[in-house]
Amino acid sequence: MNILTFVVNVLSIGIPFSVALLLASTGEMFNQRAGVFNLGCEGIMSMGAFLAFMPAHLLQNTSLAPYANLIGIAAAIAIGALFGLLFALVTVTFRAPQGIAGIGLHMFGWGVAGTLFRYFVGGVTGVPGLKNLPIPLLSRIPIIGPLLFNLNGLAYAAFILVPASWYILFKTPWGLKVRAVGTYPRAADTMGVNVSRTRYQALVAGGMLAGLAGAYLSLGQAKMFADDIVAGRGFIAVALVYFGRWNPYLILGGSLLFSVAQSFQLAIQVLGIRFPYEFAVMLPYVLVIVVLALTPGSVTRGPAELGKPFDREKRV
Amino acid sequence: MNNEPIHSLAVEGITKRFPGILACDSISLDVGEHEILAIVGENGAGKTTLMNILMGLYQPDEGKILINGREVHFRTPVDAYATGIGMVHQHFMLVPNLTVAENVLLGMREFQKFLWQDMEGVRKRIREISERYNLPVQPDAYIWQLSVGEQQRVELVKTLCLGARFLILDEPTSALTPQETDDLIALLKRMSSDLSIIFISHKLAEVTALSDRIAILRQGKVVYRGTTSGQSVSNLASLMTGHEVVLPCNECTGGSGETILEIRNLKVRSDRGFFALDGLSLSLQKGEILGLAGVSGNGQRELADALAGLRKVESGSILFRKKELANKSPRSIIEAGIGYIPEDRNEEGIVPPFNVRDNLILKDFRSKHFCKGPFFRFDETRQNAEELQKRFDIRCASLNVAAGSLSGGNIQKVILARELARKPEVLIAVYPTRGLDMGAEEFIHERLLELRSQGTAILLISEELDELLNLSDRIAVIFKGKILATMPTRETSKKKLGLLMAGISGEGAA
Repeated sequence: MNILTFVVNVLSIGIPFSVALLLASTGEMFNQRAGVFNLGCEGIMSMGAFLAFMPAHLLQNTSLAPYANLIGIAAAIAIGALFGLLFALVTVTFRAPQGIAGIGLHMFGWGVAGTLFRYFVGGVTGVPGLKNLPIPLLSRIPIIGPLLFNLNGLAYAAFILVPASWYILFKTPWGLKVRAVGTYPRAADTMGVNVSRTRYQALVAGGMLAGLAGAYLSLGQAKMFADDIVAGRGFIAVALVYFGRWNPYLILGGSLLFSVAQSFQLAIQVLGIRFPYEFAVMLPYVLVIVVLALTPGSVTRGPAELGKPFDREKRV
Repeated sequence: MNNEPIHSLAVEGITKRFPGILACDSISLDVGEHEILAIVGENGAGKTTLMNILMGLYQPDEGKILINGREVHFRTPVDAYATGIGMVHQHFMLVPNLTVAENVLLGMREFQKFLWQDMEGVRKRIREISERYNLPVQPDAYIWQLSVGEQQRVELVKTLCLGARFLILDEPTSALTPQETDDLIALLKRMSSDLSIIFISHKLAEVTALSDRIAILRQGKVVYRGTTSGQSVSNLASLMTGHEVVLPCNECTGGSGETILEIRNLKVRSDRGFFALDGLSLSLQKGEILGLAGVSGNGQRELADALAGLRKVESGSILFRKKELANKSPRSIIEAGIGYIPEDRNEEGIVPPFNVRDNLILKDFRSKHFCKGPFFRFDETRQNAEELQKRFDIRCASLNVAAGSLSGGNIQKVILARELARKPEVLIAVYPTRGLDMGAEEFIHERLLELRSQGTAILLISEELDELLNLSDRIAVIFKGKILATMPTRETSKKKLGLLMAGISGEGAA
């Protein structure tokens, strides 16, 4: 096998792998830009994956089958919004410590999804999932075509989301408010920005994207559900936000880097190189830690008030 | 936004309670059109709380706000801005990672569209305001790139852009250099032909220079209301503190002649990597106060850090009793007998969540006196704290409250008590009275002079020329990391120091 085929193989698996991470970490980026970090991302993804899977599973042989995926995706977004709202209630209104609340949300989402799955489904069952939609002409470009223009709808949406969320964050009044309440909420408050409302909005938006990331895992990637389907991706997504310095393009880079490393380690296992596979499996995670450790810290660009609840009447 | 002019603004019977504190106690005040009212009071007198109520940031427990004789209710700052009241807060309300224009846009609904923002409109408004009031600002600069003085200008421009015709300035000069302060006062005088201004301060010289009328608050109550003219600074000071204030003076001059600390050719880098100290030499004698004057940012922070062992010395030496201290650990410097009152009292001077008792032994917790093996002797630490509390008049509810909850003046007394109790041979005091009221300032000055008479050498780093002239035996001027001149205090003047601080050395100017 020559090198080019190997690289193409690695990328053809790695690029679709990156979609779930990209969606989840873009959502987490909005949360953190507004000053709230949501460690419950993983739990929301589990719920999203389960609710997206269920219609596809239940409606498989009915007349509604063609709409099953859309219903599932809508359900995943809705549950993400609901969890985001719940998290906002706990951390913004009741000012609970965000780390603990996030871990709670993660355990809750993960546990509920697994329990419901065992109760209603039980064993491993496949679903048709999302079909790839090759883009006419572009998908016929050699090498690049099959890699970038033969993906499913959610994947395209995720990549379009990168410039879109950059624009929203840096060029719209809402993005300006989000950045202000995450950096200096008191200043935003004196300028008439409703800090709580903005944080609620950002948390709901972030939750929706995490739910969508879950839907991608069950419908777009695995085409099945298992209660460990998310497998730590929610936490990797949180790490990627720091890695990407709260910038959508850098987060895209981080998602791709991690996913390609992941598919690279799978590929070398398949090649049968005499290399302990345990180390190969570690590779992407080690990579994230090393890169995070080497990224220079910068307080001037990120949300300085990350993790701190805001209370207007608190004396300073 | 309604454009009804504000002919008068009054508050009546405003009361606001915080847990355990009565911040405002039935306060009544009024301001007329084109008038400058100064609100004066010590830290914690309730000035800022009152203004936050006026801006709709806090809700009053009792009392009302009247504009042109009609009662108004401000639920949020938007309501206050809508009637034309704007405030420049003591801690600037500017988001550091946004540009000047973005900060202004945050409060301007008319330029916020659904899917885009009218940045050109905002820039135009900023340029209009900055030309009209002669306040130069760059709309596209990031806040974190600006100096404190520039940020102050941005705050003013921002508030005016939002349509304020009635300005509240909360201690606007507390972070400014002397030159910037003079500029600001001149500017506000010009602006008062156009606007009404409430000016909050505890620096009485500024108040008498600027205001038409004055209101003095003490412990949440108005203790004096009247016109400014005819009031002397010392009279106002005693009204403000409730007792006669006499800032002490250094009467005798000259140290013992015995050099105790010798800094030679010191080179130290700043956080950004350039040489903030570029071959600085200075010597300190036993029993003298050496004042170090200079506009902040000329190497003072780096010098203090290097002397305390908190910053790497690239070259040169710090000789204490002929022993090298450069690049020694903070612990060995502390043990050598050097005391340190840091610039940032909350970040470096205390551990804010620790209680007062523990903060008082931060440098001595290892000593046999305070511990037995791995355990504290709680009786000793308590006794130590009680003694120091009495000697240094530290006012706190109990010695077990978190030190960070004390007022600035009391935090500084905790630090002073800890450092002075160690009987240091050399004390480095960095801006020891910055942001403090006159009562606390008086107390700290007395303690420093007392320490000097006991033979301690004090390096006093300050920007307040009055403080330096009152306390120092000699004054050195630092400029761009070098000492420009050192002279006995009696041979200098404010004017001479001001020129030197601006980098104009005597020979060059003459």
